Amino acid sequence: MGHTLTEKLIAAHLPDAHASAVWPGDLVQVAVDLVLSNDITAPIAIREFEKLGVERVFDPERVVMVPDHFAPNKDIKSAEQCRSMREFARAQALIYFEVGRMGIEHVLLPEQGLVGPGDVVVGADSHTCTYGALGALATGMGSTDIAVAMATGQIWMRVPETLRIVYHGALRPWVGGKDLILHTIGRIGVAGARYQSIEFVGPALAELSMAGRFTMANMAIEAGAKAGLFAVDDVTRAYVDGRVKRPYHVYQADDDAAYARVVEIDVGQIEPQVAFPHLPENARPVSQAGEVHVDQVVIGSCTNGRLEDLRVATGLLRGRQVHSDVRCIVIPGTQQVYLDALREGLVEALVEAGAVVSTPTCGPCLGGYMGVLAAGERALSTTNRNFRGRMGHPDSLVYLAGPAVAAASALLGRIAAPEEVLS
Amino acid sequence: MKQEGKVWKYGDNVDTDAIIPARYLNVSMPEELARHCMEDIDSAFAGAVEAGDVVVAGENFGCGSSREHAPLALKGAGVSCVVARSFARIFYRNAINVGLPILECPGAADDAESGHQLAIDLKAGQVRNLSTGQVYQAAPYPPFMMALIEAGGLIPYTRERKA
Repeated sequence: MGHTLTEKLIAAHLPDAHASAVWPGDLVQVAVDLVLSNDITAPIAIREFEKLGVERVFDPERVVMVPDHFAPNKDIKSAEQCRSMREFARAQALIYFEVGRMGIEHVLLPEQGLVGPGDVVVGADSHTCTYGALGALATGMGSTDIAVAMATGQIWMRVPETLRIVYHGALRPWVGGKDLILHTIGRIGVAGARYQSIEFVGPALAELSMAGRFTMANMAIEAGAKAGLFAVDDVTRAYVDGRVKRPYHVYQADDDAAYARVVEIDVGQIEPQVAFPHLPENARPVSQAGEVHVDQVVIGSCTNGRLEDLRVATGLLRGRQVHSDVRCIVIPGTQQVYLDALREGLVEALVEAGAVVSTPTCGPCLGGYMGVLAAGERALSTTNRNFRGRMGHPDSLVYLAGPAVAAASALLGRIAAPEEVLS
Repeated sequence: MKQEGKVWKYGDNVDTDAIIPARYLNVSMPEELARHCMEDIDSAFAGAVEAGDVVVAGENFGCGSSREHAPLALKGAGVSCVVARSFARIFYRNAINVGLPILECPGAADDAESGHQLAIDLKAGQVRNLSTGQVYQAAPYPPFMMALIEAGGLIPYTRERKA
């Protein structure tokens, strides 16, 4: 019997050279290519690292720290956390991105060529699974796991079963990666891939850009998955060639691999999606959203903060005005995305439309700052979680969508389909 | 390894923002986090929870973020064990890593009600509902994970192996 892509990636990283294959359920030690943490998770990881009695990280070229969640520092306590991470990163000579050079970690690391196909990446952030779009096995863990990975370059894993999701058909207008993944989570549920790895395959994904693939892999965790993988193809190669410095490795699932489950999805049936409070699985077509007024629209995050997302949103916002009842906050994912958006004239068009354009930060996605909601307020957001209280007051409401629906909703002051703006 | 205490019962998909809202992630000490534990879904919890109490929940407990602050907040609040139908995988790792006992035991999770008294034998994988007299058997931990638990978490386990 053959192996899934997930099993092959894990098998290729067994520190024991004699071991060659793994099967679901195996508990194995895995060598990691990159270890990530941020200003919220690094302080605990550093504290635990110091308890290990280890002087240096296993390889400073493979440990990354990014201040992005509550940075630029939102308050004194956040400033202390950022300082503790900065001091550790400097003392250990780690890969570190200061404010002004940083971005939202899961937009930044691929952009900087720090992750390549075939890598195993562990990060103290649940959306580390984003890099699955590159054909890497990337998974979120907690700070203590990351402390041990920083010290030893290894981590224990349970080899997951694999859920194969096959996408057929042609995408409808205004449908992107966010709509596909929201629809998918709506189908399988927030625990639909719990303890499993998702492999996203099928002809409909061939035409999906890297941005769309990052968005889909990013939200694998929202179905409970350990990872969300794409196979490497020409789109991947065009993205990583010349960008990833290390040699990379391409693995493929065997034709006779065994899957826990196979789900088939006809993308031609999918229209732009909106996930209603308080779970990402509450996805429905935007045409069935009903009359939902919104107080705030956020366009950005590790899910949808890439240049392509800003282009889609600006395409609708340009030459129009954000509704007078709406605060529209746009957050480019990295300094490079910001600069590109500036040079393309996107930032000017967004500001003219009445939107805020911020420096990169995770801020509002997790109710940190830069757009915290009051009681009873409703936000439509291109982020990844709409849990109760996620973006502020526990009695506020978060709706998730892609950048096209977000822009349309910002203009009309209610959840709206892009066609409504153009008609 | 035995735990015993009063039940606090919750439903399915208790997410990490419910266990500890992100607005409190600018601190990381368990006792500070404990003051806001469960705040957005149960404002009474943090003030009334007593050392030894047991959190009981449905499917996918701890879904969402990787924040280790979630099991640390529960541990800081004095919770001796979380019994659920199932756990989200990052929370599951985090709880074991920081030494917060957890047990997947659907029957016990379904039947327990807030205020019941539970006694848990982690090594035997047994949950005893002292209020109803029912006894439930969970799947035992694999030996590797039991070794992690018995060492007190991943850091002491890793230190022991290095020594």
